[in-house]
Amino acid sequence: MKITVKDFNVNLDDKHILNNINLNIKRNSIHAIIGSSGCGKSTFIKSINRMNDLVKNFKSSGKILLDGKNIYDDDIDVVNLRKRVGMVFQKANPFAKSIFDNVAYGLRIAGCEDSGYIKNTVLDSLDSVGLLDEVKDKLYESAFKLSGGQQQRLCIARTIAISPEVILMDEPCSALDPLSTLKVEELINELKDEYTIVLVTHNMQQARRISDYTSFFLDGVLVENGRTEDIFSNPKCEKTENYIAGRFG
Amino acid sequence: MDLVKKIFFTSSGMITVAILLVIVSYILIKGLPFIDFEFIFSNPIDSGKSGGIFPMIISSLYLLVLTALIAVPVGVGSAIYMTQYCKSNTFVKVVRFCSQTLSAIPSIIYGLFGFAFLIMFLKLDWSLFTASVVLAIMSVPTIFQVSEISIDSVPKELIEASFGLGACKSQAITSVILPSAISGIFTGIILALTRAISEAAAVMYVVGSTFTVPLSIFDAGRPLPLHLYILASEGVSADNAYATASVLIIIVLVITVFSNYCLNRYQNKMEGL
Repeated sequence: MKITVKDFNVNLDDKHILNNINLNIKRNSIHAIIGSSGCGKSTFIKSINRMNDLVKNFKSSGKILLDGKNIYDDDIDVVNLRKRVGMVFQKANPFAKSIFDNVAYGLRIAGCEDSGYIKNTVLDSLDSVGLLDEVKDKLYESAFKLSGGQQQRLCIARTIAISPEVILMDEPCSALDPLSTLKVEELINELKDEYTIVLVTHNMQQARRISDYTSFFLDGVLVENGRTEDIFSNPKCEKTENYIAGRFG
Repeated sequence: MDLVKKIFFTSSGMITVAILLVIVSYILIKGLPFIDFEFIFSNPIDSGKSGGIFPMIISSLYLLVLTALIAVPVGVGSAIYMTQYCKSNTFVKVVRFCSQTLSAIPSIIYGLFGFAFLIMFLKLDWSLFTASVVLAIMSVPTIFQVSEISIDSVPKELIEASFGLGACKSQAITSVILPSAISGIFTGIILALTRAISEAAAVMYVVGSTFTVPLSIFDAGRPLPLHLYILASEGVSADNAYATASVLIIIVLVITVFSNYCLNRYQNKMEGL
């Protein structure tokens, strides 16, 4: 297991957002988190790289083990944790920098000064997201010149440039057109050979198409969890069945 | 009804522009004929009745740079602290309230405070340094408020992306937050500094008054607005007062236009336009 979640609870102000979550995420798999808006999916994945630390009045209890080590222990270096657990956001959010500098960002803030290494890593990362051919003549132009789908793939390249072990994706395709979505999905599929991917998605077809495991969240509770094909073809819980049949959500 | 609104908005816009144009052109028309090479580059003769305003221009430039050196780090720094580090909401509210109050205080009060505190109490000499301290105190609230708003409006997604890539707080601030907020911060700085170098009341009790070119920051000086005030209020020379006012307006205009140009270039570079 890459990630093991044990009795994990989150409170924001006085609201109980996540309720006793227990979950295993396998190494080199794509694990989809589905559920309706406000069910705590985003809060959950943002807990895996402690992005929620930025949220005021965030309180958690329980454990999230990454390779057996609780990431909420006092001796955990959060900056280092976020290098191991990268994140791709709902909306493509490139920096106001060139394409090259966007991908090099993580390496540079980590203190890497070897320009040859940076260049190779940037090119490799762009290549692995299938963007290199599209942008190789404009590496030093602004990232804002790219289309939405290209920007999202750039953000994925930026994340894999720092060689994380886990990539969290928070509805990475929700702002993309179908063609760009397809490209990003293909990419996610390829990435699982090297990374463990946790994917929050609103789109049940997407979860079904690309994920190996699926967890269904409802109102902060993990309702059902298992192999994607089992969840979709043979859900054990009625709520799951109703949700994937589109009866609510 | 739509037509009435349109007329109202159009005319308010026109009035604003018209007032500005009338004032500026009136002063320039009255002042420009008296500006020549000698006026700019020579010392005043006979208390400013004739001669030039070179020492005043130098005093003003000194004040501009010194004020910026003191006020910008304090103003921007406190905005960064308040938005990024300070955990106490109450403290932020108190500081915000104080700074709003400070920016509403008339500049003559700053001048009197400078005199009472810097000159009488700390026994400092009248100098460009004491004047720029007063001007900096006056500028900090504006710089702070505008910077705070600009930093607060940096998209949360960008900051998260930066943290997500393993940035620590100071790296996120220098590599993402400040570059994104720079245009707002810069506008606040220019606003505060152009106001500061146009200020006579705030400096009149602390800068001293001299007709010679200041060599060090601890020399007394006579910045353009103060010179203008004395020329006009003591009836020394109306023509030279207008000429001095024209020079001041031109300096402010150049600073504004040049800084906007630099800012635009920087932003276009960042956004690849």
